[in-house]
Amino acid sequence: MNLAAIVQDQTSHAEAVLFYLLAPITVLSAVGMLLVKKAVHSALLLAAVMISLAIFYILNEAPFLGIVQIIVYTGAVMMLFLFILMLVGVDSADSLVETIKGQRILGIIAAVGVGGLLIALVSKGNLGHRLFGLEMANGEGNVQGIAKLIFGQYVWPFEVISALLITAALGSMVLAHREPDSDKKDQRALSEERVRQSAQPVAGLPGPGTFARHNAVDIPALLPDGTSSDVSVSDVITARGHLAKPGDFKFLETSDDDREGN
Amino acid sequence: MREIILDDPLSIVILKAVIIFVICLVSTILAVWGERRLVARMQMRLGPNRVGKFGVLQGLADGVKLALKEDLIPAAADKIVFIIAPIISATTCFMAFAVIPMTGEITLFGEKTSLQLTDISVGVLYILSIASIGVYGIVLAGWSSGSTYPLLGGLRSSAQVISYEIAMGLSLVAVFLYAGSMSTIDIVNSQSSWWFAVTLFPSFAIYTISMVGETNRAPFDLAEAEGELVGGFHTEYSSLKFALFFLAEYVNIIGVSALATTLFLGGYHALPGLGFTESWLGGWFTFFWFFAKVLFFFFIFVWLRGTLPRLRYDQFMKFGWKVLIPANVIWIMVVAVLRYFSNQGTPRSVIIAFAGGVILIYLFASMIWERAAKNRAETVSSRPVPAAPSFPIPKLPMDISTISVPKAGQERVIHE
Repeated sequence: MNLAAIVQDQTSHAEAVLFYLLAPITVLSAVGMLLVKKAVHSALLLAAVMISLAIFYILNEAPFLGIVQIIVYTGAVMMLFLFILMLVGVDSADSLVETIKGQRILGIIAAVGVGGLLIALVSKGNLGHRLFGLEMANGEGNVQGIAKLIFGQYVWPFEVISALLITAALGSMVLAHREPDSDKKDQRALSEERVRQSAQPVAGLPGPGTFARHNAVDIPALLPDGTSSDVSVSDVITARGHLAKPGDFKFLETSDDDREGN
Repeated sequence: MREIILDDPLSIVILKAVIIFVICLVSTILAVWGERRLVARMQMRLGPNRVGKFGVLQGLADGVKLALKEDLIPAAADKIVFIIAPIISATTCFMAFAVIPMTGEITLFGEKTSLQLTDISVGVLYILSIASIGVYGIVLAGWSSGSTYPLLGGLRSSAQVISYEIAMGLSLVAVFLYAGSMSTIDIVNSQSSWWFAVTLFPSFAIYTISMVGETNRAPFDLAEAEGELVGGFHTEYSSLKFALFFLAEYVNIIGVSALATTLFLGGYHALPGLGFTESWLGGWFTFFWFFAKVLFFFFIFVWLRGTLPRLRYDQFMKFGWKVLIPANVIWIMVVAVLRYFSNQGTPRSVIIAFAGGVILIYLFASMIWERAAKNRAETVSSRPVPAAPSFPIPKLPMDISTISVPKAGQERVIHE
């Protein structure tokens, strides 16, 4: 029996349709991930590959694995990647200059080698043989089957790995942690400090004409001690020499006083 | 129940998909109107009341208005991602509804079925995974806009949703333990005697809090905080692309409400004592119960928005990581032990003794905690006061000899 016939024999109709739809998308995204220049585009294409892989898992009767793949890899790991990329910079495209001599050639050789090894192994192990055991593995339900294995037969490796992961997380926290040099000021302390030591009036600059006789834009505001405040009038007016002085209104003021006196 | 969904012919499946899609769209249009009217009522205003009777068609009018606006793409934007982002948001929000059971057994064109597109053994996890893809829409919109406010909104949103998804996922664990399944149908059926909102109240409370954080709604709407970030991640969006984000936000609200209904309020089942109504209208009446419970959650969303001020970002993250998640983990441990006891057929007295022990430990721990907090407050108040006046008094204007006001390009210093 040749390979195509075996695959046809063991694949349901809907599964085949989905496979031929998704397989090109997956491969194109994977290739695109290597070729695009912007790091964020690369990350996005990687996320697309992960989601299509998850759908393949679900197609192959492993719904739990597929969903967890999306939650953990696409939802958490890739999201953190994106987070970092966004923090690093909006326009940072990767530099394509080789920093280590011969790195590119060595990389290509290694990639081809690993890929060839994987293809050879997988084809030996799977293709050309009849698949069996799926009904047995999923007999009590997919989730229950995985739970039985993880918390039964493989409970020790599982616990050891989780301990290792927790240790790694704690380690990274300890390494990244830095004791602050002094007490961090809270919101209240900062606002009090701003009021005490401000070089500017807390309530903002006075507008033109505040407390003065007229409120036109060229009349400076009067401060509580009677002097005028230069900052209350626009620079342009001062430069043109249109600025009025408090003394300009002396005449009016005296006449007012006279009237009041009468 | 599962069998009657899974044996549907293709035509019925497509019909159900269309019905569910229409339900989402119509409820979004009504939700926009309902929210504005409710918030207006809470703020002693009238709200939209011009378009249609009581302003019901306001949502439709807004939609048409948005569609007719000019569609702008900023010059600094990353064009492809800028266009993809709203599409991701608007498509993923509908996908969660595929596994939500909206009615009991009904008959659709002679085919026995129920208003649920499909049932998978990991249904609830599927909804979580879809939600985590949906975040990409917001984050990418923030990044691709090429300006600062959207970027900050996108960053905030990614951090926020990751943190609150953990709390949300953990609050579901107790439900899984008691239902013995992650399929939505099994979870609804296992609530036939008691709703999980009653028996697993802490999980219910944590889920309700984290679902508000998950959907970026007030008081947790830091990703689009108007006072701080203009519009957050969607500042640069206009026209239909903005409408897609708008749609996604409301469909998401209805989605998490529907999930809460399914997991904690007995899904499409009637209120206790009204079970006879479930067979009315050939089973379609169950949809009324489902929708009424979803509306209850929607009302809570609006109520929160009308009542609470927005949290500060650091307080919000602290609340998620230092309160919700640890409380959740402890609660899961308690639930797991209780579940183990009841599976082993342990006598009732042992279970009650264990529950009593847990409550005692909780009371003792909270007593110690309060005492420590009081001690801390005392040490703070006994700290020596700095020499400056205890109440900050601003300087008088004439005491300020130098006023520097930076103007475009140069710094202006005026000496009085």
